[in-house]
Amino acid sequence: MHKRTLKWIVLAAAIAAPLAAQAHKMWLLPSATNVAGADPWVTVDAAISNDLFHPDHHPASLDRLVIIAPDGQTAKPANGITGKYRSVFDLQLDQQGTYKLALVSQGLFASYELDGQKKRWRGSADELATAIPKAAKRLQVTASSNRVETFVTNGKPSDAALKPGGQGLELVPVTHVTDLVAGEPATFQLLLDGEPASGLKVTAIAGAIRYRNAQDELTAQTGKDGKFRLTWPHAGMYWVNAAAEDNHSGSKLADKRRLSYTATLEVLPE
Amino acid sequence: MRRLPFFCCALLLAAPLAAAELNLAVQIPEQNVAEYHRPYTAIWIERADHSVAAQLAAWYAQKDSKEGAGSKWLPDLRQWWRRGGRALSLPVDGVSGATRPAGQYQLKFVEGQAPLGTLAAGDYVLVVEAAREVGGREAVRVPFSWPGTATQHLTAQGSRELGAISLDISP
Repeated sequence: MHKRTLKWIVLAAAIAAPLAAQAHKMWLLPSATNVAGADPWVTVDAAISNDLFHPDHHPASLDRLVIIAPDGQTAKPANGITGKYRSVFDLQLDQQGTYKLALVSQGLFASYELDGQKKRWRGSADELATAIPKAAKRLQVTASSNRVETFVTNGKPSDAALKPGGQGLELVPVTHVTDLVAGEPATFQLLLDGEPASGLKVTAIAGAIRYRNAQDELTAQTGKDGKFRLTWPHAGMYWVNAAAEDNHSGSKLADKRRLSYTATLEVLPE
Repeated sequence: MRRLPFFCCALLLAAPLAAAELNLAVQIPEQNVAEYHRPYTAIWIERADHSVAAQLAAWYAQKDSKEGAGSKWLPDLRQWWRRGGRALSLPVDGVSGATRPAGQYQLKFVEGQAPLGTLAAGDYVLVVEAAREVGGREAVRVPFSWPGTATQHLTAQGSRELGAISLDISP
């Protein structure tokens, strides 16, 4: 594959997170979701790949990493590196309760033609006006809002870090996100700009895809209250994803906004 | 007045002459393995809804090792951790203890005394869970009625990480 083509595929997957099924998956993978003891740490992989959770394509950028501690304040990662196929960082959990780890991105994605050549651009709404040449033709601008999360609890689960911010697509736990057990149904709620997101398709895929011959995805649909329910068939790390599209792009030039939400959730055996 | 006999019965049940007792025997089996570590073990009593009625024992490494604090591995006792272990502020007097080698252990819990405390009359499950480093994990459940009207002798059998469990209850 041409390097240039690859670059755009990566960008498209990372930034626009299109609804198309061929999009690569972005994920965070924590070494544990329930920890205890005097000085607990976890180490986390961040990558973009087709197969879960095998880093084989592109690292996720740690520039967009936001960690919320149990007290609601932001916490800092340690030892962050970005390699060929994955980024890695560590987190010391010096508070009791649940941490939210998120890769958050918002911005505009533009495609246009200049002198007969296809061009692409990404950036913020402020930059757009000056970034696109006046001679550009067939300009198409799409806004994107993406959130890729995982959760780690030190001791007893808590909720303060899980409060929604009211922007984009977000997940609110009904069943706690680090308290999931195979065979037990789990209920969560999806919010779009803080309001229940109804009628969205939710997909969950267990990791270790390389060692089976099918995706074996679970699906659910959000109800009027934005809630959906999944019953985990077995223990493992699950990639849970939902996408939406609306016209609240925040820019006059963009007619559409594409949103996606992803969580990596650990399900333990009973 | 029709209720009077029931009332008398309830009084008799609620105030037995001697405090009711749980006598528990737990077997930690020998393991024929090259690398052996004593299992982390937890014993507790659950209500029908899985809420914890009493924490009876938690045996784990009390000292730090080069692998970290002994309490670091407590979530490996998965059911116990989820059902209440994680809410405890450890160590708990009369509950926390060192890990035990393979063998047979006799434990006695008396109503009204820590760590059993007071149990309302009803149906419960006694749970013994063991998790061993580089080994397996197992939970054995023994349902019982409390305090009951007659002596109860209940048994259960673990398959790998736990051996025979017996529970004798005197009302």
